Amino acid sequence: MSDTPLDLLKLNLDERVYVKLRDARELVGTLQAFDSHCNIVLSDSKETIYELVEGDLKTTERFSEMIFVRGGLVALVTTPEDE
Amino acid sequence: MLLFSFFKTLVDHEVKVELKNGIELTGTLKSVDQFLNLKLDNISSNNNEKYPHLSSVRNMFIRGSTVRYVHLKKSMVDTNLLQDATRRELMSERK
Repeated sequence: MSDTPLDLLKLNLDERVYVKLRDARELVGTLQAFDSHCNIVLSDSKETIYELVEGDLKTTERFSEMIFVRGGLVALVTTPEDE
Repeated sequence: MLLFSFFKTLVDHEVKVELKNGIELTGTLKSVDQFLNLKLDNISSNNNEKYPHLSSVRNMFIRGSTVRYVHLKKSMVDTNLLQDATRRELMSERK
């Protein structure tokens, strides 16, 4: 019985996770569901968007109580640094 | 199939869909398929000044691949059921 990469993710269900997305976006939230496409459902999530505005780094934060994330955008999932 | 079943439980609820191009649409989820294509009714576009052509659109089909996020309310989701379903889905794929 070999552990697949997604089995590792299963251990993080109901735990806080850090999800890095395409387009310089990241999410921290409580993992509620995922599937083999890496579609993800997070609760109490905080999204951080990084943008360059006239050469300066601008970060925008947005909060969502329950969010579905399309799997195609997901780059990596890990445990968060302290919030 | 897990997220397909999940979205089927959200039919007739109000959701906010954010597309990959930044457009946000709030509407009633009317149907969903295996590709997570969505059909929304009673749409109000949240960025009318930026996308005025959407202001008169009341219902639409959204191709699943263009979706970035779907924002939901906590009250729509049984989180324990969802986590258990995720574990079960993983077991069934192992065959």
